Amino acid sequence: MTLNRRDFIKAAGATVAFGSLYGCAGGAKGSGHVVVIGGGYGGATVAKYIRMWSGGGINVTMVDPTSNFISCPISNLVLAGEKTMADITTSYDGLRKHGVTVVIDSATAIDPAKRTVTLAKGGSLSYDRLVVSPGIDFMWDSVPGLTEAVSDSKILHAWKAGPQTVALRKQLEDMKDGGVYALCVPKGPYRCPPGPYERASMIANYFKAHKPKSKVLVLDANADVTSKGGLFKKAWADLYGGMLEFRGNHSITKLDAASQTVEFEFGEKVKADVLNIIPGQKAGTIATQAGLTNSGNRWCLVDWKTMESTAHKNIHVLGDATNATAGMPKSGHMTTQHAKVAAAAIVNLMSGQAAPDPMVIANTCYSFVSSKEVVHVAAVYAYNGKEFAPVAGSGGLSSSRNELEAKYAMAWAKNIWADMLL
Amino acid sequence: MKYRKIALAVSLLGFASAAFADNHTLARNMASACNSCHGTNGHSVGGYDPLAGMPKDEMIRKVKDFRSGAKPATVMHQLAKGYTDQQVEMIAGFYAAQK
Repeated sequence: MTLNRRDFIKAAGATVAFGSLYGCAGGAKGSGHVVVIGGGYGGATVAKYIRMWSGGGINVTMVDPTSNFISCPISNLVLAGEKTMADITTSYDGLRKHGVTVVIDSATAIDPAKRTVTLAKGGSLSYDRLVVSPGIDFMWDSVPGLTEAVSDSKILHAWKAGPQTVALRKQLEDMKDGGVYALCVPKGPYRCPPGPYERASMIANYFKAHKPKSKVLVLDANADVTSKGGLFKKAWADLYGGMLEFRGNHSITKLDAASQTVEFEFGEKVKADVLNIIPGQKAGTIATQAGLTNSGNRWCLVDWKTMESTAHKNIHVLGDATNATAGMPKSGHMTTQHAKVAAAAIVNLMSGQAAPDPMVIANTCYSFVSSKEVVHVAAVYAYNGKEFAPVAGSGGLSSSRNELEAKYAMAWAKNIWADMLL
Repeated sequence: MKYRKIALAVSLLGFASAAFADNHTLARNMASACNSCHGTNGHSVGGYDPLAGMPKDEMIRKVKDFRSGAKPATVMHQLAKGYTDQQVEMIAGFYAAQK
């Protein structure tokens, strides 16, 4: 068989095209620089996956003020004395091995027109695309009498894992047997819907073993338990009867920090030995400063196909900071899914291709109700042309609390941390 | 003509490879959602089934058994119901190709 020159060129051209398209599984794809603000579930995942899926073609710089990743999920077990801070801490060295430049600093400003990020310690970073994954910050005025200074020193939130987790554990250890621990839950939406109820359960679990005359009081601004309600209430009745009390429709009208007293509607007052107030939440401050919080000046609207902000081009927003759609919780697991949607879109767009066809995403969320037993909620979400919505017939809850899922919950943590950071 | 047939075959290969690349990317993206529990590209670090290298037919069968209840599960029976047969096949194909 002989080919003439023209046929040879056609054949060679097709082979080159085949080679380069196939090469996306391994070779370099895309070029340019992505800056990622935040090194949590969203930021770490998007940084790793952009490096991996671009075959090292796209440079990634991740900015976070803490030198290691500290997980919020599992931190309630640290409060209960079941795990240590070391158990929930992972180095960023794994990301460095993927070629991610990790900058330990805070982003203080974004200039969407010049495509630059200003850093607290001085200097700035230029980007082709920016990922903003700042998590949440607190609305201090949601609790009259609470300030950032009070929340940092005395009336803790411990809703960002780190020094506050250690400090709240210390308060619980120092509390006398027979004391009252009160947990104030903000009106939704807030980070990790079942988180407060897991915390209440695990602190009751600690008291039961070490301070059996003590009490856990959940004062919830929402009418009822907002997630896994039936499962939590059954666990509370079965395991902590008389020790854990839930009161719904309790929005704080006043805090007296000095006497550790919170006041509610109709003048009801509660004084606690350890007072743990989780204030109302909004997207991380940098998002507001950059003009990205275009939903009620609180959350960020995005194009769910790419996670690109609807306020500014070339800026993608992930996780708790987004205006999550109906039925989509603000969870760490969900945030990693946002990160993968964004990574896939960014790699395509920075290779001169169209955004990829929408993928399907999922959430699995485990909550400990005691040191041995766990309950879960799970769901699958598909893109419906506008947003991700739960797939009818998918998802659900544990049929009852069980020990098997306690093993799965720890396996979940180890695997998701590895998928983000190793 | 013989040359024309070759040229046609080559150009069809070109179309097929473009479609292959799109499908490969979508399969990779779809599977990445599962990676959160089952490990990057299916390389679990323990506690959940590693999916990397699992034969395609075996994974498809397992997902169908989760759906029907034939294979007992804590979570997977709920997640399996969120995916179409075509999506499961795509994801299974991706993991089967991972070493």
